[in-house]
Amino acid sequence: MSASSAFNDEKGGSSSVGEPEYGHDPASGGIFSSDYKRHDDLKEMLDSNKDSLKLEAMKRIVAMIARGKNASDLFPAVVKNVACKNIEVKKLVYVYLVRYAEEQQDLALLSISTFQRGLKDPNQLIRASALRVLSSIRVTIIVPIMMLAIKEAASDMSPYVRKTAAHAIPKLYSLDPEQKDQLIEVIEKLLADKTTLVAGSVVMAFEEVCPERIDLIHKNYRKLCNLLIDVEEWGQVVIINMLTRYARTQFLNPNINESLLEEGGSGDKTFYGSDEDEDEDEEEKEKKAEVAAMAKRKPYVMDPDHRLLLRNTKPLLQSRNAAVVMAVAQLYFHLAPKAEVGVIAKALVRLLRSHSEVQYVVLQNVATMSIKRRGMFEPYLKSFYIRSTDPTQIKVLKLEVLTNLANETNISTILREFQTYIKSMDKDFVAATIQAIGRCATNISEVRDTCLNGLVQLLSNRDELVVAESVVVIKKLLQMQPEKHSDIIKHMAKLTDNIQVPMARASILWLIGEYCEHVPKIAPDVLRKMAKSFTNEEDIVKLQIINLAAKLYLTNSKQTKLLTQYVLNLAKYDQNYDIRDRARFIRQLIVPTEKSGALSKYAKKLFLALKPAPVLESPFKDRDHFQLGSLSHLLNAKAGGYQELPDWPEAAPDPSVRNVEVKESVPEWTKCSSREKRKEKKVEKPFYTDSEGESGPTESADSESDSATGSESSSGSEESGSGSESEESKEASESEEEEEEEEEEEKKKKKKDLKKPVQESESEQSSEEEERKHQRKSKPRKSESESESDEDEESESESSQSESEDSESEAEVKKKKKLAESKPPPKPVKKESKKEKKEMSLLDLDDFEPAPSPQVTPVNTFLSNSLVTDLEGLSLSDSVLSPATIAPSSTLKSYELLHRITGEGLSVEYCFSRQPFSPDANMVAVQMQFTNNASSDTKNLHIEDVKLQSGMRVKEFPEIELLPAGETATAVMGIDFCDSTQAANFQLCTHTRKFFVSIQPPVGELMRPVFLTENEFKKEQGQLMGMNEITEKLTLDVKCRNEHTIVQRVTTAANLSRVPCGSDKECRFAGRTVTSGSLVLVTVATKEEGAAQLTVNCEKMVIGTMLVKDILQALTQ
Amino acid sequence: MIHSLFLINHLGDIFLEKHWKSVISRSVCDYFFEAREKAVDPENVPPVLQTPHHYLISIYRGKLFFLSVIQTEVPPLFVIEFLHRVADTFQDYFGECSESVITDNLVIVYELLEEMLDNGFPLATESNVLKEMIRPPNILRSVVNTLTGGSNVGETLPQGQLSNIPWRRAGVKYANNEAYFDVTEEIDAIVDKSGTTVSAEIQGVIEACVKLSGMPDLTMSFMNPRLLDDVSFHPCVRFRRWESERVLSFIPPDGNFTLMTYHISSQNLVAIPVYVKQSINFFEAGSCGRLDITIGPKQTMGKTVEDLKVTIHMPKAVLNANLTATQGNYTYDCTTKMLVWDIGKLNPQKLPNLRGSLSMQTGVPNPEENPSLNIDLKIQQLAISGLKVSRLDMYGEKYKPFKGVKYVTKAGKFQVRT
Repeated sequence: MSASSAFNDEKGGSSSVGEPEYGHDPASGGIFSSDYKRHDDLKEMLDSNKDSLKLEAMKRIVAMIARGKNASDLFPAVVKNVACKNIEVKKLVYVYLVRYAEEQQDLALLSISTFQRGLKDPNQLIRASALRVLSSIRVTIIVPIMMLAIKEAASDMSPYVRKTAAHAIPKLYSLDPEQKDQLIEVIEKLLADKTTLVAGSVVMAFEEVCPERIDLIHKNYRKLCNLLIDVEEWGQVVIINMLTRYARTQFLNPNINESLLEEGGSGDKTFYGSDEDEDEDEEEKEKKAEVAAMAKRKPYVMDPDHRLLLRNTKPLLQSRNAAVVMAVAQLYFHLAPKAEVGVIAKALVRLLRSHSEVQYVVLQNVATMSIKRRGMFEPYLKSFYIRSTDPTQIKVLKLEVLTNLANETNISTILREFQTYIKSMDKDFVAATIQAIGRCATNISEVRDTCLNGLVQLLSNRDELVVAESVVVIKKLLQMQPEKHSDIIKHMAKLTDNIQVPMARASILWLIGEYCEHVPKIAPDVLRKMAKSFTNEEDIVKLQIINLAAKLYLTNSKQTKLLTQYVLNLAKYDQNYDIRDRARFIRQLIVPTEKSGALSKYAKKLFLALKPAPVLESPFKDRDHFQLGSLSHLLNAKAGGYQELPDWPEAAPDPSVRNVEVKESVPEWTKCSSREKRKEKKVEKPFYTDSEGESGPTESADSESDSATGSESSSGSEESGSGSESEESKEASESEEEEEEEEEEEKKKKKKDLKKPVQESESEQSSEEEERKHQRKSKPRKSESESESDEDEESESESSQSESEDSESEAEVKKKKKLAESKPPPKPVKKESKKEKKEMSLLDLDDFEPAPSPQVTPVNTFLSNSLVTDLEGLSLSDSVLSPATIAPSSTLKSYELLHRITGEGLSVEYCFSRQPFSPDANMVAVQMQFTNNASSDTKNLHIEDVKLQSGMRVKEFPEIELLPAGETATAVMGIDFCDSTQAANFQLCTHTRKFFVSIQPPVGELMRPVFLTENEFKKEQGQLMGMNEITEKLTLDVKCRNEHTIVQRVTTAANLSRVPCGSDKECRFAGRTVTSGSLVLVTVATKEEGAAQLTVNCEKMVIGTMLVKDILQALTQ
Repeated sequence: MIHSLFLINHLGDIFLEKHWKSVISRSVCDYFFEAREKAVDPENVPPVLQTPHHYLISIYRGKLFFLSVIQTEVPPLFVIEFLHRVADTFQDYFGECSESVITDNLVIVYELLEEMLDNGFPLATESNVLKEMIRPPNILRSVVNTLTGGSNVGETLPQGQLSNIPWRRAGVKYANNEAYFDVTEEIDAIVDKSGTTVSAEIQGVIEACVKLSGMPDLTMSFMNPRLLDDVSFHPCVRFRRWESERVLSFIPPDGNFTLMTYHISSQNLVAIPVYVKQSINFFEAGSCGRLDITIGPKQTMGKTVEDLKVTIHMPKAVLNANLTATQGNYTYDCTTKMLVWDIGKLNPQKLPNLRGSLSMQTGVPNPEENPSLNIDLKIQQLAISGLKVSRLDMYGEKYKPFKGVKYVTKAGKFQVRT
C-alpha cells in the first residue's frame, strides 16, 4: 500500500492541473503494465471469500478515488460486493458506487435490488442508509424507484428515515426536475412533520425545489418558529433564512413610520442603547405620531406572528455557530423594528474574534449594516481597530466599517487611529486609509480642513503610491471649496515633476485646468511641461492634458494659444482613437474658424461650468438590497439560485392563513391570545428539558417547567403537549387527512372513546376533558366566573404583550389585542363542542378558556387535594373516579410514554398519581395507562432491561397478559428516583416488540406531603437556614394574586401539603422527599401589588433549587 | 449546497477530492491558484471567489486549504463554518490536521466526509456521533483489526443521532470519573507608543474535558457571573437557565469540548498585565538603528508572568540585529525579518531588557514606521477578568467525580505600537 500510495502521490501531484482522468488512464502512462497488474490484484482480492482481503482492496480503491484517480474499470468487481456482510466493506462499496454509478449506469442497476431490500429492513439505520445511497445514484432509469422510495420513507415511523427522505428530495429533483410536482407533495407532507430532526432537512429541500411556494409555509410557520431552537444548527440557518423571506411577504414593515420620518428630514442619526438617546427616542415617537397622523395611516401594530419569529430567533444569537448568528443577525436587520436591531451588534462583534474567513464575511455584512444603522455599532468602535498582524483584506474591511461609523463626536479618535495606519508597511492598506480619510472629510465638514492638511503632508511621502492616492483624494476634496486652497493647488502643480502614477498625474492636471484662474501663473507652465512629455504619457494623462490645454486656451489664450495647438496636433496623430477623437472635437469647439458652429460660443460655458463636488461613497452602499449574509451580498452580484428578498407588502396579507385547520385552529388561535406566555415557554422548553417533538422517551422532562403552571395547568398541559401528546395527536389528525389507513384508525379511536368514556377518564388527561364537558354543560351557571376568567386571560396577555412590544404604545396594542381576541373565539368554540368527543387534542381548548378546573373548586383545593390523595390511597390506584371528585387532582398531568405510532398501535401514558406506593414507601407511584389502538391483541406487556442510574430502583408492574384490540388497561409501577430528576430508562415489551422508554419526574413529584403545625414548621425552618434556604423575589401573575390560586398553583407544581398559618400574607407548604425523607418547606409571602417572596428550605439543595424554579414559574405565569 | 471539496497543500497540490454530487473537474481549482498567487500571503486569499460556473469558498487551516465548490446561493458563513468543523473533526480524530496525517488516514477521512455531508448538506457534525459511527484510529485497534478483520466502522446507529442530546454518546463508562475545566482568557490589546491602552478586550473560553459515566447533569456557577454579558454556548447549555439564574446547566458531551466562549468588550476596564518601554530608532546616517526594550509587570494580580515573548516584524531594510538581552535569548531571522525575544519568566526585581544596534541596508531610505511589538505571555492560575467558578455540581449520577478548574491568562492579539 505504501509503495503504491507514494506512487499515486506523484501522479496526483503532477496532474493537479487539467483533467485527471486522462492523466490516469492506464494506457496513457508509461506504467501501463504495473497499473494493470495492480487492478488485477484488486479484482482478485475483491473476488476472494475473505472479508479482510475485500476490505483491504476496497480501502485501496477508495484511496484512489480520494486522490482523484480513475478506478472505474473495477466497477463490476466492486458492485458484486454490494451485499457483503461486512459493514465497512459495504460502506466503502457504497462510496464507490455513488462515485461511478453515473458513468456505468447499466452495471449500477445490478445493485438496485439490494437497496430495495434494504428499504424494507426493520432496522431504521439500514432503511435510511439504503435510501441515502439509492437516491445518490445518479441514474435516470431509477427515478420512479427513487420516487416511490422517497414517498414511502416520508411516512416512515423513524424520524431518521424521514430526515433521509427529505435529503433525497433535492437529489431526485436535480436528477429529474420533472418530478417537481410530486416532490412538492412529499415536501408538503414532511413540512408538517413535528420532529426537529426533520425540520431542517425538509426546509433545505423546500429551498432547493420550490422556494417560490411560500404558501406551503403558512400552516407550518408557527411550528417552525417554535421548533427552531431545537433544530440542529445547520437546519437553523436554512430555516431562518427562509423565514426571513417569508416574513417579508407576510408582514408589514415595522419601520414604516420611521421611514416616513426620515423623509421628513430627521435623518438616521438615532443612537440606540445609550441613555442620552432615550429622550431622542421619545421625540421620535412624538414625531412619529404626528407623521402617522398626517399620513392618516393606521398606527403600525406588529403581527403577533412577526413578533414570534423575532422572539424565538433571539436566543440563537448565542449560538457557537457563526452561520447561525449571522442568520439571526440578518433576520433582525431585515425584519426587526429599528429600535430592536441593536441586539445583534454585540454578537457580530464577538464573531470578529473567530477565524479570519469568518471575520471576512462578518465584516462585509457589518459594513453594509453600518451604513444604514450606524448607531448600532458605535459602541463597539474600538473592536474594529486594526492590528498590524491582520491580513490586508481584513484591514481594508475594518477600515470601511470605521469610516462608516465616523461622525462628529468620534472623528477625532478615528483620525488619530488613521494616522497610525498611514505609517503602516502594508501599502495597499495605506492607500485604503487615505481613501477613508477622504471620505471622512467629505462627510464631516468640521474636519475637512484638518484632513486636507494631513493629506497635503502626505504629498511629501516617500512612497509614490501614497502620494498618488493622496492626490486623487485631495482633488476630490478641493472640488468642494477650491477658492480657499490655491496654495495646495500650487503645491500639487510642483508634484508633476516627480510623480509618475498616471491616475495622480491626471488628477493634478484636471485640478489645474479646472482652477486655472486661481493659479494663473503656474498653469501655462505646467501645460508647457506636459506638452513636452505628451508622447510618453499614459492615455488618461493625455486626455487630461488636452483638457487642460482647452481650458487654458479659453481663459488665457494669449499665453497658451500656440501650446494648445501644439498639443492638439500631437494628439491628432496619437495611436489611441479616443485621444484623436477628443482632440478633433476640442479643436472644432474652441478654435474659432469660419465654419465653426454655434456651439463654440458656448465653449467656455461647456468647459468651465461649475462641476458638482463628487460624493465619496462606500462601496457597500445599497448592498442591503441583497439578503445579508448571502453569497450574493458578499459578491455584490446575484448568485445562481438566489431568492430575492421581497419588499414589504403595502397591506398585510391575511394573517389567518397561518392558522392551522379548524380542529387545530382552536389551540392555534388561542396561541395568538396567549402567545406571549407561550413563546416564553416554548423558548425555554429545550433548555430546561432537552426534550423535543416526537421522541417519546424523555419528553416527560417538560413537566419540569410546565407542570407547574397552576391554574393554567390546562394550558400547561397543552404546552407540554407540544412535546408530547397534543402535538402527537395533532400530527395524528393531520395524517388522518392524508392517509385513509390512519383515518380508519382514528375513527376506531373515536368510537372507542365514545364507548368507554369512563375508562378513559382514568387518564388524567381525558378526565380533564370530561370535566370540561361537564363544565360546559353547566356553563350558564358559571358564566360569571367564566367571563371573569376570560377577562383575566385577556388582560394578562395584554400586559405581556405590551411588555414585549416596548416600542409600541400600549393603547395600540390593547386595541389590536382585543380585536384579535374578540373575533376568533366564537367559531372555534362551536366546532370544538361538536368535535370534542373524538379528539384528544381538544384538550388544548383550555388554553383559551382559561383553567376551568381551578375555577370550579378553588377554595378547598389544598384540602381536597390531600383528601383525594387519601381516597386514592385507599382504593390503591386507577379506580374510576367521577369527574367531579377528581376535579382537584385533574391538575395532575399525564405524559406520553409511548406514542401509538411509534408503539405500532400501542400507546402508553403515565402520570404521577401522588399516592403512596404501597409496596415500597420510598418509591414514587407512576400510574400507566395502556391503550391498544392496533387491530390485533397485545400480549405479555411487561418491563425489561431496566437501566437506572445508580441507587435508583424500580418496582415493575405485574405483567399484563392480554390487552385486546381497542382496550385500555392501567397499571401502577413504583420508581425510586433517589431524589433526582434523572430519567428511569427501561424497555416496554410486548409479545412481539420492545420499546425503549423513559420516565423522568418533575422535581415536584419527588416529594410527598406531610402535615406540620405552624410551630413545627417554624422550628424546622429554623434548622434549615443558611445554605439550605433559597429565597427568590417574584411578581405574581395577575391571575394569581389571591391565596387560593397561590395554594392551588404551588400544590400543582409540587406534591406538598399546606401548613396552617396565622398570617394571611403567607402561605406555607411542607413535604418530604420520597427517598430520603428530607423536609421540604415552602413559604410564599405576598406583599403589595403582586410582589411576593418565595422561600424554600430544604436540606437537599439541588431539590430546593429546582423546586424554586418550578414554583417560580408556576406563580409567575 | 456544498458540491465538492478539495484539500490543497501549501505547494498547491490537490491531495484529496470528494464530490457529493456529480464530479467536478479539478481544473476548477485553477481559479483558486490564480487568486492564491495574487494574494502573496495565504491568509490574504479571498475566502470567496467567483468563477464563471462555480463559486469557490475556502479556508486556510494548518497550512492546508480546504476548498469547497458551490454552485448556487448559500450563506458563505455556512460553508466556512462547516469547513472549519471538518478541520476540527480531523484534529479531534488524528491529533492534528496536516497533510501527512490526512493521507495516512485517507479512508477514515473519506468515510468521515461521507457521513458529515449528504448531498452537500451537513448530516452529522457532532464529534460524539461521528465517533460512534467511525471509530478514531489507535494502535491497539489497528492491530486487532488486522488480526480479526474487524473494522473501524460502527455497526449500530448512534443513538445520539436520534436522541435529544445528539452531542452525547450513549452508554459512557469510566473507571475514574473526572471533569476538568480550563478557563482561558486572552487579552487582545492595542497599546500605543506612550503606553496608553487604545483598546483592550478579553476573549475567554471554557474548555472542558469531561469523562463521566452515564448521563451526568452538571451545573456550573460563577462567583461573578455579571462579568459575562456576551457569551456563546455549546448547544448542550440550557440557555434559559443561564438567562434566569446565571448558571451553566448542561449534560456534557463525552470528552473534550468547548463549553462556552465569552467576550468582555473594550467598554469594560481590562487590566493589562505588563508595560513595555521601548525605543526603536533608525538613523539616516551610518545606516544603523538602535533598539531598546524593557518590559515590566503592571497589573498581574500578584501572579508571575511566564512564557513572555516579544515578536517584532522588522522592516525590510533591517539586515541584522546585534543585541544583548539581560534575560532570555533572541533570534533574528533575516529572511522573514522576524525578531523573536524569548524571555521566559518575568522577574519584577530585575526587569528584562533587550538593547543593541540594528544594521540596515545601505542606500535604502529609512523605514518611516517603527515596527509594532507583539507580546505573548501566560499567567497561570489567574483569569484576568476576575471570573471565578464558584462550584460545580453533578446531578443524576451517584458517584463522586473528580473535579478541577484551571485558570490561565494569555496574551491574544497583544500589540504595542511604537
